Amino acid sequence: MSDVIAPRIRLLDSTLRDGSHGIKHRYTPEQVALIAGKLDEAGVHSIGVGHGDGLGASSIQFMRSLHTDDQLLTAARRAIKRARLAVTFQPGIGTKRHLERAADLGADLVRIATHCTEADIAVQHIRLARQLGMDVHGDLMMPHMTTPEMIARQGRIMVDAGATGVHIMDSAGALTMSDVRARIAAMLAEFGGDAEAGIHAHQNLSLAVANTIVAFEEGATLADACLAGAGAGAGNCQMEALVAVMEKTGRSTGIDLWTLEDVADQIVRPILTTPPSVDRTTLTQGFAGVPGSFLHHAFRAAERFGVDARDVLVEVGRRKSVGGQEDLVIEVAAQLAAARQSAAS
Amino acid sequence: MAVAVAILGSGNIGTDLMYKVLRNLALELVGVAGIDPSSEGLARARSLGVDASDRGVAAFLDDHPDVMMAFDATSASAHVEHAALLAARGIRCVDLTPAALGPAVVPDVNLDEHLDAPEVNLVTCGAQATVPIVAALSGVGPVRYAEIVSTVASRSAGPGTRSNIDEFTTSTAQSLETLGGAAEGKAIMILNPAEPPIMMRNAVYAEIDAMPAGQAVGAVYAAVGRVAAYIPGYHLATEPLVADGVLTTFVEVEGAGDYLPRFAGNLDIMTSAAVRVAERFAEGRAL
Repeated sequence: MSDVIAPRIRLLDSTLRDGSHGIKHRYTPEQVALIAGKLDEAGVHSIGVGHGDGLGASSIQFMRSLHTDDQLLTAARRAIKRARLAVTFQPGIGTKRHLERAADLGADLVRIATHCTEADIAVQHIRLARQLGMDVHGDLMMPHMTTPEMIARQGRIMVDAGATGVHIMDSAGALTMSDVRARIAAMLAEFGGDAEAGIHAHQNLSLAVANTIVAFEEGATLADACLAGAGAGAGNCQMEALVAVMEKTGRSTGIDLWTLEDVADQIVRPILTTPPSVDRTTLTQGFAGVPGSFLHHAFRAAERFGVDARDVLVEVGRRKSVGGQEDLVIEVAAQLAAARQSAAS
Repeated sequence: MAVAVAILGSGNIGTDLMYKVLRNLALELVGVAGIDPSSEGLARARSLGVDASDRGVAAFLDDHPDVMMAFDATSASAHVEHAALLAARGIRCVDLTPAALGPAVVPDVNLDEHLDAPEVNLVTCGAQATVPIVAALSGVGPVRYAEIVSTVASRSAGPGTRSNIDEFTTSTAQSLETLGGAAEGKAIMILNPAEPPIMMRNAVYAEIDAMPAGQAVGAVYAAVGRVAAYIPGYHLATEPLVADGVLTTFVEVEGAGDYLPRFAGNLDIMTSAAVRVAERFAEGRAL
């Protein structure tokens, strides 16, 4: 057995945040309290809670959540004893008063997310979150859309503003394993002495666990995952599988696998009305590089306008959509339907 | 008789504004006041025979006692100082910065409401693009909730915009209520770095409940037509859609390309609206 002590990898759960996308933001406070309590027992580092698109995102654009951020965060705060309660925040969607409210409700960690080339819009919010006493990680979304060097530079902006970790958020599940290696390596070369690197993998190309392990091999010490692989698109990296693979590959997790398995199978799976899967639509998202969160929007628009969801997603990808552009899904579906109609006449 | 106007600020917005003001028969451009002697804006002004000053606003105004109206295209903090200088000289101001000291004007909605105000501001580009639509719907019936999503090219969002995103979304949301007439407003802003740069687009969602769809859609078309009269690049991307009590529509703004590139419709919408307001002030004086 090697005497070298590898840095402890910390797992951040997003069942109650990214997982929210998979159930159209319909978590109840009771479900949140139950699942958060079990995750806390199992020993995860942090528990993300709230609308899939973060504080203040309940809207027509991103779908309305059944319960408010306040209700869900209050339920989670009561249930959690040792893990960190985490919230997600996107500048341009939430505002500073949402951060202040989250701090009042007891959030410990804010994940501040921007498109992978736009970190500078987060500087004032990262600073405020730190002033409010919360830890901050920066999240760079859609990292397949820019170079590893740009990712590293954008991460540096977030670290200089006060982020203690920076994650690449593979929102489209479009990264291959070598894409992950290149990005994590570049990030750590740039700010490895000052902050940790993390990965948030999605399953659209069926690579989520593998991508996460590859990130660890490059030195990432933070990873997001969800119970039962819940989450946007084909879902997130499956927490139970990740923990099992980590243990098999000699990486200690401090997490109880059986507790995770039980809460995933007995509590989370029954809630997931459509189990996450790599199917013709979610695979198309990974292939076309389109945010996983667009899945239900694409289905809805496809049905409304009588077009194929895959055609909509491919066109949205061709137009280089970033996260947050759910409105483009509707416009594309409407335009595809109109074009088909005029071609027929 | 054309009204003598000045432009404060020789950056991208001030320079684009210069070209639009020079084309406008109701306005006579007396000069541009900047602070950077090597700025391209001042060089362009000189090449067009426009007085270009880099000695600060106070000196500029002393040199041009005939100025009746000024556009402020500098910054929110600089505007606070300029507002005092202009007010002391009785010079009307159209403020393109986010300082929001005076009342807000969206030309299609309340152009005549503040003709006596010493200064007016133009809120945000998102407000200019979407308030006319929401106001038109409010003219037909109650709008319970209006939500807008502005998506702009990263290249057209400078450091000022990037450090003021909260202000953008908050003041746009407020204007959907106070000028648009919605009972509740929400605004979202997205930046997209795609190359070639995308045109500014704005999604408008309005909860119109039982408002007859035909009348709602008609009101939207009429508003778009009126706005296009002063912002020629403003157009609908698809027909307005009505389902389940919600009207959804997408408007795009293509810039005129006077100085700012065509994709920077978010900036062009401000310069075009500013000129429309100044033109109305000028007409008001003539009456």
